[in-house]
Amino acid sequence: MMLSRTGNSILVEGEGERVLLDPTTDQALFHDTTAQFLGELTPPDRIRELRDDALGFDADYWRRGAELGWTSLLVPESAGGGSIGEHGLIDLTLVAHEFGRHAAPGPLLPTNVVAALLAAAGTAEDTVQRLLAGTSIAAWCLAEPAPCDRLGQWASTVRFDGDDIVLNGIKRPVEAATAADVLLVTGTTGDRLVSVLVPAATPGVTITPMRSTDLTRRFGSVRLDGVRVPSTSLVGGASDSDADVWWGVHLALVITAAESVGAMQAALDMTVEWAFDRYAFGRPLASYQALKHRFADMASWLQGAHAIADAAATAVAVRSDDAGELTSAAAAFIGQYGPELAQDCIQIHGGIGVTFEHDLHLFLRRLVVNRSIFGSPAEHRARLADVVQSRATRKVAS
Amino acid sequence: MTDEHDGAATETVDEFRERARAWIRANLALADPKEDVGILRPKLNDDAELAEVARDRELQRMMFDAQLAGVCFPVEYGGLGLTPAHQRALNEEMAGREYPSRIQAPTMSPCASVLLEFGTDDQKRAHIPGILRGDELWMQLLSEPQAGSDVAGVLTTAIRDGDEWVLNGSKVWTTGAWWSDWGLCLARTNWDVPKHRGLTVFIFPLHQDGVDVHRIEMLNGFKDFCQEFLTDVRVPDSDRVGDVNEGWTVGTRWMFHERMLYNSPFVTLPAGSSHGGASKGDVNVAIARDAGRLADPVSRDLLGESRCLELVRDRLIERVGTGIATGKLSDAAASVGRLFAGTAASRQTQISFELTGSAGTAWDDDDGAAREWGNDYLLRQVSEIGGGTTEMARNGVAERFLGMPREQMHGRETPFRDIPKGASNG
Repeated sequence: MMLSRTGNSILVEGEGERVLLDPTTDQALFHDTTAQFLGELTPPDRIRELRDDALGFDADYWRRGAELGWTSLLVPESAGGGSIGEHGLIDLTLVAHEFGRHAAPGPLLPTNVVAALLAAAGTAEDTVQRLLAGTSIAAWCLAEPAPCDRLGQWASTVRFDGDDIVLNGIKRPVEAATAADVLLVTGTTGDRLVSVLVPAATPGVTITPMRSTDLTRRFGSVRLDGVRVPSTSLVGGASDSDADVWWGVHLALVITAAESVGAMQAALDMTVEWAFDRYAFGRPLASYQALKHRFADMASWLQGAHAIADAAATAVAVRSDDAGELTSAAAAFIGQYGPELAQDCIQIHGGIGVTFEHDLHLFLRRLVVNRSIFGSPAEHRARLADVVQSRATRKVAS
Repeated sequence: MTDEHDGAATETVDEFRERARAWIRANLALADPKEDVGILRPKLNDDAELAEVARDRELQRMMFDAQLAGVCFPVEYGGLGLTPAHQRALNEEMAGREYPSRIQAPTMSPCASVLLEFGTDDQKRAHIPGILRGDELWMQLLSEPQAGSDVAGVLTTAIRDGDEWVLNGSKVWTTGAWWSDWGLCLARTNWDVPKHRGLTVFIFPLHQDGVDVHRIEMLNGFKDFCQEFLTDVRVPDSDRVGDVNEGWTVGTRWMFHERMLYNSPFVTLPAGSSHGGASKGDVNVAIARDAGRLADPVSRDLLGESRCLELVRDRLIERVGTGIATGKLSDAAASVGRLFAGTAASRQTQISFELTGSAGTAWDDDDGAAREWGNDYLLRQVSEIGGGTTEMARNGVAERFLGMPREQMHGRETPFRDIPKGASNG
């Protein structure tokens, strides 16, 4: 956060910047390294240029990020990965936070989720190694078009045929679909959900780029027409494969929440600074109570977002029973208040805030995309309603 | 344990938790989830209210005797001298149980917290053990009819007379002063200096000649808030807290403790609920069910929003508490918690009311949990007024958390005597 211009502030530089209130020394170093790397390689002007890039990021940038550890945090050491602190997922939220703060490009979420699911299943070791090295990009094919476009609805089918698996369906939106060389596809066998690893070049796979609100984050539609892969492509395959898919969803929600908190932080910091610099009627905007009160509301939303994002990350990291509830609370809250905060920041900037030249829209874009990809706030509120109802019913029954 | 506090000093959080759990399960009843629902719902009669106060004192005494009271209070004043982590463990183990709710605010925080920070050794020895035993219930004599948000503008005056002070004036919004024992009072001791520089803090018993306690009837019939009229109340100088004319130094920390209520290491609040009562999620499911709206998609959206706000609020309060304790966030972060908790509580009341359909405004006995919420809705703003308005919290966040310029204050250097004073509201 900024240093106050008033000279008597009790704020210290850096306060509020971290997604974790109390990181270890190693985590803080890791966080700072990523922040510095992104600050140098993906300044806002670079992100504007990437608008016209087919993939939205360069391969070299991604490999260097992988060397910093961006792709290895959800993979156990025995499989070639490794974490900084006790839980790799918490470390990954530090990276995601910086991705949000810089509106950074690159397939951070799909690569990590796919690597985590493959490593947890102990399968496709070569693919995992390439993902860790940043030489391979994975797309996680989870969502589907209407009428099955709500989180938790799936129509794509997976059929076992002798030694083969046959996939049919449409998955969209799929992040990094056009950049990916491997796809992890979720589908239903009729009685359970499974994940299947499909090379992007497999016959029957058609990948069509989509247009997106984000400048650098690319999405595509993946069509599977009788795609046939060997049965060894099944990832996991135990009877609780549904739980594996939902674990992947929880990981995705944690990464998304941490990233959005970073984007909220960037938008608010930028606007607080503006309020000190911009004068109207002979005084800085920061001296007007009407605006100060809006800043106070925004600061409370941001702190609430930090708090629930961290709580969700911890719950998923330790596989707590309330991981589903907390990830939905994070998605519902941040999905609503993240874009709202960015819009308020734009309002306080005035006309300059809605120009391409200004940086604010980079963060609004990230917040808007993150709000919608893994279930809208309304869908997560519906999930929370299910949780409170079943808990209340259980209490009455016991 | 030979000495009654000896073992506690070295008790680990896990050991403490085990001990607390065993005792709580054996001694504390499960809380009635229907209690503490709604906003300031009036009790049937004063006798029922007084019986609950007596039960709170008894519960506090039981916890004191079991060495589960005053977890973070120093051993020399009857506390356990343990850490905030122990208090959190106790709160977690208390989840869903009855607890001495009236002794937490304002007795433990802000009153006892202020005494610990600014009181003399004699004052602490005289009062803290009694507070921890449930013998002394305290009230904060802070707001006045003419000094609400502008609390440094108090008119209640203390004039020195030898070794005593003589207090005259009026205080208001004291919760339950009619059944309380002691008051912590902010008074003006010098009218000839600017507003903040002429204040001093005192303590005195509420039941004495010269303290006339009136009960205020709220718009729903609730009568626990009081107004006191002080007429020549004599307070020994030994019952002054902090230095003469340094009352604003005490007052600033006093209000900090007030904002930190839900996070205070000196307060016992069962976890998993917003105010130690039932979870908003459970309350709202019951309302929606009894209003026949549980399957309605709009109601389900509200149920989800309510649970979301409850979880975010609880985690935010936790974050602010940890942040302030570890120095990662400035003390001004307490205003962030106060602001969020206040606005979230208003929204929660709105949601509960909406879930009732018409049964919140016109009900009979068959309407179950949907009853009465129209009355609660009338009091919705209480959560954004009591304990400092959310407007003041917004000023606090903007000015002290974000470092923005302070609001202009009229006559910062003018003697308080010469500051314009408008109409009083009482």
